[in-house]
Amino acid sequence: MISTILIIGGGQAGAQAVDTLRREGFGGRLVLISEENELPYQRPPLSKKFLSRELGVDRLPFRHQSFYDEHRIDLKLGARAVRLDPAAHQVELADGEMLNYDRLLLCLGATSRRLTCPGAELAGVHYLRGIADVAPIQAGFRPGARALIIGGGYIGLETAATCRKMGCEVTVLEMADRVMNRVVAPSVSQFFALEHRTQGVNLICDTRVVRLEGQGKVERVVCADGTSHTADLVIVGVGAVATTELANDAGLACDNGIVVDEYCRTSDAAIYAAGDCTNHPSLRFGRRVRLESVDNAYEQAKTAALNMLERPTTHDRVPWFWSDQYDNKLLIVGLSQDYDSQVLRGDPATRSFSVCYLKGRELLAVEAVNHSKDYMAARKLIAERTPLNVEKMADPQIGLKEAV
Amino acid sequence: MPKIVFNEPDGRRREIDAPIGVTLMEVARQNDVDGVVAECGGACACATCHVYIEPSWLPKLDPCEEMEEGMLENAWEPRANSRLSCQIHITADLDGLQVTVPQRQG
Repeated sequence: MISTILIIGGGQAGAQAVDTLRREGFGGRLVLISEENELPYQRPPLSKKFLSRELGVDRLPFRHQSFYDEHRIDLKLGARAVRLDPAAHQVELADGEMLNYDRLLLCLGATSRRLTCPGAELAGVHYLRGIADVAPIQAGFRPGARALIIGGGYIGLETAATCRKMGCEVTVLEMADRVMNRVVAPSVSQFFALEHRTQGVNLICDTRVVRLEGQGKVERVVCADGTSHTADLVIVGVGAVATTELANDAGLACDNGIVVDEYCRTSDAAIYAAGDCTNHPSLRFGRRVRLESVDNAYEQAKTAALNMLERPTTHDRVPWFWSDQYDNKLLIVGLSQDYDSQVLRGDPATRSFSVCYLKGRELLAVEAVNHSKDYMAARKLIAERTPLNVEKMADPQIGLKEAV
Repeated sequence: MPKIVFNEPDGRRREIDAPIGVTLMEVARQNDVDGVVAECGGACACATCHVYIEPSWLPKLDPCEEMEEGMLENAWEPRANSRLSCQIHITADLDGLQVTVPQRQG
């Protein structure tokens, strides 16, 4: 009998798992432990409206304390799990407390990839992943402050947009030849590069940071070609790695994430995992993936919760992602690898267009810029593998869902 | 505080005091209103906070912009009075607003 369920990690997945477990009738002991001191909260606004102070700290939590009280959820904040003993069904916390479980769910998330070049440890070099990272960045906001952002991915570009809004002079350094190169088509990169430059961002691609310099705190960032950029504030957004230490040390299978099956089960039958920390099978795309995505965390947490209650459920979803930069919304659905053709719908100059990725007549992914209609239609078309008419698709006057 | 009336999918009627300035979605989520999922947290990116507004109230709400319209068009069973609750801010004018939550989201 399952009388105690323990969840490690208070992010999107952990918060959703307790919700689903109680909603689905689990009446036993439910413990959620989080390293952070705040009630489980939404992370996406950290680089956007929370960073710009448009959204107060009271609006970040998924649920108020009363929710956890009413649903008898033992919420342990500021608590760090240091050891997992799968044989004894036990987790040890940093303060020495031992917690037993019948089922364990790991929602460990991902950790910002760190710079390793000389000077990377200087004061004034920031990462953005948790709520505690925000205030030190905001402290550097003042009109004319020079914000230097390393990395032109989601975090780097969203932060660049917010820093501009806060009156900073912004430089973005990107190693690849275009921004967001791992996640979007060249036409979408081009659109966002132009947006940032129009907003006054000094965006430099094809450049590699080799060293950070400064007396006590960072003052300059030096690139491989010898150019040097003065900076009052450095923000690093160079990707993230799955947090797997606890699982790995306990002997659970890990390979770019904690390896789980479609039921979110790890290599130990009593332990499940969900969210950014997992390497999981995508049933729709027929291969293993690791995703950094709110939707994936939410859906895997629901799946894991149902399976922990012995209600077999598979995780079978088409992933989706979004990014807000200035007043532009980028909406992405599906995974574009393995495509054999691309169709551009609409004209980027109109600021509303989409790029569709096909394999034969089957839609694999859509990147929609300020175009929610194509994005929403694509979610269904991709999931249902609806064969599309490529000629009709190329005509933006025809709705994507009518292009069959 | 304005009172908002939510009709949940199972027919249960909930009267909730809503703080001014937050969104209708946040009121639903913080009060555990059944059926309002709001996966994206209010970014107008998921269409899982879809609700039906009692038609007489529609003119009093923040207008529906193109992004929201596009999301709604492909939401589950959209109607003329469909809105995404994350795009509606609570004002004093909305005291008594009647909202019905659809049977499902997406």
